[in-house]
Amino acid sequence: MAHRMADMIGSLARRPWFWAFAASALAFAATLYLTDGRGGGGLLSAALTFASFSAIVGIGQMFVITLGPGNVDLSIPATMTLAGTLALKFMDGASSLVLPGLGIALLVGLGAGCFNYLLIRLLRIPPIIATLSASFLYQSLAIWWNRGLRIKPPEVLAEFTTGSFAGVPNLAVIGIVIALFGWLILERSLAGRWLSAFGQNTRAARLSGVPVETVRAVTYISCAVLASLTGYLLASFSGGAALNMGAEYLLISIAVVVIGGSSIAGGNSNVPGIWGGALLMFLVVSMLNSYGLGAGVRLIMTGTIIIAIVAAASGKGRAV
Amino acid sequence: MNGRFRILLPVLSLAVLLAAVFYLQPRAMSYFGLNLLFNLAVPIALATIAQMMIIMVNDIDLSIGAFVSFVACVTATYLNDAPLIGALILLASILAYAALGALIHLRDLPAIVVTLGMSFVWAGLAVLILPSPGGAAPEWIRAVMTVKPPLVPMAVVACVLIAGLTHLLIMRSSTGTLLRAVGGNAQAVFRSGWSVVRLKAGAYALAGLFGVLSGMCLVGLATSADANIALRYTLLSIAGVILGGGEFTGGKVSPVGAVLGALTLTLAASLLSFMRLSPDWQIGAQGAILILVLAVRLVFARKGRKWKEAGNGSSDG
Repeated sequence: MAHRMADMIGSLARRPWFWAFAASALAFAATLYLTDGRGGGGLLSAALTFASFSAIVGIGQMFVITLGPGNVDLSIPATMTLAGTLALKFMDGASSLVLPGLGIALLVGLGAGCFNYLLIRLLRIPPIIATLSASFLYQSLAIWWNRGLRIKPPEVLAEFTTGSFAGVPNLAVIGIVIALFGWLILERSLAGRWLSAFGQNTRAARLSGVPVETVRAVTYISCAVLASLTGYLLASFSGGAALNMGAEYLLISIAVVVIGGSSIAGGNSNVPGIWGGALLMFLVVSMLNSYGLGAGVRLIMTGTIIIAIVAAASGKGRAV
Repeated sequence: MNGRFRILLPVLSLAVLLAAVFYLQPRAMSYFGLNLLFNLAVPIALATIAQMMIIMVNDIDLSIGAFVSFVACVTATYLNDAPLIGALILLASILAYAALGALIHLRDLPAIVVTLGMSFVWAGLAVLILPSPGGAAPEWIRAVMTVKPPLVPMAVVACVLIAGLTHLLIMRSSTGTLLRAVGGNAQAVFRSGWSVVRLKAGAYALAGLFGVLSGMCLVGLATSADANIALRYTLLSIAGVILGGGEFTGGKVSPVGAVLGALTLTLAASLLSFMRLSPDWQIGAQGAILILVLAVRLVFARKGRKWKEAGNGSSDG
């Protein structure tokens, strides 16, 4: 029995996402240690709420990164801002327009994703530069549309995004459902096999009949749609869309993918790790906060932890 | 795209933009006009060269903006108040870049993530050194940045110098050839007996050096610093390298092109303000110009290929 337990733990530790969750648990415990175990429930629910934003954009970024070297979506923050801005302006606080507003946000994502893909496909621009240039356009569009006004979200929506169901924050439920879908697509569907094949060897994938261009198009579009959904939720959660609201999610979306144990070289991704990484990013910051460390030290520690996890997870040395 | 085409496009796009600026604002065609147009290009050009060093060895540096901001903070505080300590900090940060290059190679880490992590570290250090905007530029840097050479403004002279020196270093010297070879085929370089880890550390150290120069120039122009002063340099520098004809893989870079790319990006911003474009659209128009230039590059590449297919491809280089 004990033997089997050890086996189980051993195989768990070999999972690529294990370290992200282990480190998250450690950060959680270290925070609670300071407060003598008080406020654990509150911390957990805050972690689940904030991590769900990072997780949803992270899953989109993960799909893009799976496509292989050079594939990364730098337009996520701008897409989030544009979707949040347009949707909130359209709803203008009217609770009856919540669903059409969501539709507008998702349409923005669809449009941004198609535009990104067309730049990459038709103009053969490297994805990093294509999504970067496109993000400038989205950003301008958001500024021009919004005129610096901060429009409140409809009450129903604000209540929903800040509320919880049976103790679990609503946003976390959405984030987990999306993660489940992402997992099903990646691990259990033909499309997921195609995606991984694309990332491992595009030429071999094309020769064996994978519709590579369709795979790439759908990947970039779904990443942008997930970003727009996050923008819609985040704007509603924080009481209005701000022009810089997506800024921090550029780094976070890439960081959670890598911390979660997906290969940055593509072709080998896993969804549970995204949640592990998202939780870790939030818990580390709140741990450092509760130890009273200033913004400078907090940033340095966050960076060091990212590098340490990547260095530890790579696990292979090289002859000099 | 071969070598000659690689440099043609950045030259052409810069010329077109410059012509457009002069057409819209003839008064820019003077000593002071040019100085105003290109002043801010010097630190951007240096940061672009730094980014090019990293792209040259097939990596990418997402921390250069944070690093330049950090250097700016050190320059405006320590280098001004206690020059020796300031110089030591800057030297140590160059060594840190070299160490990162070695670490990335030895552990086979993805550079995009390590530099992403480092961007947090540099930003944190910058906030610790200078929690609120301030500091002062050391007199001598200020003097260097505001010197008025005869005939051609300082900014233009500096850009020509930067382009010329890095061209000699990267394209003409044996070290430069080896460094580019690491991007082309690291395995082959290793097999012929060179230490790839040392070369990679060297490329990163060069990036650190140019990052330091960029930060110092920036403070010389801005006269003070803050922790976020150069964050946009990360994206600008990547765009500059690509506009200048560089490619993300294969060690195919062009120092002259990179400087021209940086100048083009700076000029694009000036052009937009001359066109009295609503500030809302300035960032967007910069993105549009970037897309336009890359689209033209595609046409160039296709022409180049047809040229080769027609049996003229012997001059490939």
